Amino acid sequence: MIIPPVLFLLLLVGYPFVYGIWLSLEDRPVAHAGKFVGLANFIADFHDPVFWQVVQNTFVYTFFATVLKMVGGLGLALVMNQDFRFKNTIRAMMLLPFIVPTVLSTIAWMWLLDPAFAPVNWFLRWSGIANPGPSWLGNPRLAMMSLIIVNVWRGLPFYGITLMAGLQTISPELYEAATIDGASTWDRFVYVTLPLLKPVIFIVTMFSVIFTFADFQLVYVLTRGGPANATHLFATYAFDVAMGGGQLGMGASIALAMLPPLALIIIAMSLYMKPHKS
Amino acid sequence: MMVERGGWRVRTIRLWLPLGVYMIFTLFPFYWMAVTSVKPNSELYNRKIMPLLVYHPTFKHYVDLLTETNFMVWTWNTLLVSAISTAISLVFGVMLAYPLARMRFAGSALIAFGVAATYLVPQPLLFIPLADIIYSLGLNDTLTSVILTYPTLLIPFCAWLLMGYFRSVPHELEDAARIDGATRLQTMFKVFLPLCTPGFISAGIFAFTLAQNEFLYALIFLTQTDVRTVPVGAIAELVKGDVFYWGQLMAAALLGSVPVAIIYSFFVEHYVAGLTAGAVKQ
Repeated sequence: MIIPPVLFLLLLVGYPFVYGIWLSLEDRPVAHAGKFVGLANFIADFHDPVFWQVVQNTFVYTFFATVLKMVGGLGLALVMNQDFRFKNTIRAMMLLPFIVPTVLSTIAWMWLLDPAFAPVNWFLRWSGIANPGPSWLGNPRLAMMSLIIVNVWRGLPFYGITLMAGLQTISPELYEAATIDGASTWDRFVYVTLPLLKPVIFIVTMFSVIFTFADFQLVYVLTRGGPANATHLFATYAFDVAMGGGQLGMGASIALAMLPPLALIIIAMSLYMKPHKS
Repeated sequence: MMVERGGWRVRTIRLWLPLGVYMIFTLFPFYWMAVTSVKPNSELYNRKIMPLLVYHPTFKHYVDLLTETNFMVWTWNTLLVSAISTAISLVFGVMLAYPLARMRFAGSALIAFGVAATYLVPQPLLFIPLADIIYSLGLNDTLTSVILTYPTLLIPFCAWLLMGYFRSVPHELEDAARIDGATRLQTMFKVFLPLCTPGFISAGIFAFTLAQNEFLYALIFLTQTDVRTVPVGAIAELVKGDVFYWGQLMAAALLGSVPVAIIYSFFVEHYVAGLTAGAVKQ
């Protein structure tokens, strides 16, 4: 019974993975036969200033987006963990950014950041802060910032709702005991909530780091890596080189460059997630 | 736990104010989508007027979207592909999860590790070799290409979620069925699987939304308008060169989100269970 799905995954995940490694060692223009070139693609990456720009972009993007989502998500979880009316409806609405197809909501963000006709710059002009207002996706720094904001918008519900589920597993008796011992609200948060929530925070963050690090959709829709490569991530740069430039081998080498940092996280998580014998 | 005395002032600061900020941040883009989709072009492209209001609402963009573009075809493709790949993934997910949760055999730990690792491998690591394979098989521009590849993203997730669920179902009922003379397969189909319906709903809903959301494979494999899915169709065909048809784009964004949102609203609890499974151990 277990053999068909295992075969299926080996064929469509295992084989492409190995084939990708093979491709990265080839000079392989699209629709032509490949030629084995050893590590030449990786050496070319190493001497490519754009590649290093991409490395830097990816780390900046992942770091800031993750920190903001973690802090914001923890805040959301704490706020939502109180008793109030319409809690379930509000929780369902808060999850919308996470369930709506990303490309579609990102298109809405692109239009929201439009320099001429969108509310952001209209507000800046109206209040006299800036006229005509910045080009949010046309300036390198602002473009990266905009991407991070949209990523946080999309990922925040995942953190918030998962951490909230984690909060609900903490026994109220612990808080009562801490209060009797004279702990303040802040003490209870630092000495009861945070330590007990640590495993959940760890899992959620690792998940989010993997998929933020390898993000494609947001960048492809909002900036296509521009202006001047300022927002290219590994995935979009590999896509440009392989699909736009037709250099499958080079593209594969760029995509594989993601593997070392990702592999560390993936192996650690797979071991952690392995169901514990009980 | 947080029922504290202090009246409405404390409650405003602790609850309603931050909640309000979060809700505006979360929901504002949807409002912007909706309001744009009913604006006539004369208001859309006018810098002078307040952009958050609409003065002469019109459904022209919706009519144009449904009659002048292939939006209906894309929607049908998206639903078809999502439904089939979700079904395949649930079946394969059970075939993986049942033995891993209920039987002892050599290599089970390795397979469990493999499933978790496959779940965590992001698509951008695989899309170039997969594109080469799909093109060399001549499957590009067929829905088969995505129906075959989406389950690679969904099976590990389904298997992993179901494995957790299966373990939470007590053995006793199955033991009783076996003692009464049922075979292992009979026990599985007649006793065990019906007990796991909530788990299937969680995995199914989650897989379905993931499939609707997929973009990278669809973008690479589907280049003809009649096989495209909604996200790829919107990006590739409603944006012509540098010209953005914002009214139509926002109408498409809203309509494209509706099927997922409706299904989701019926099964929020199951969706949340799927989302938080694994991270939170019950």
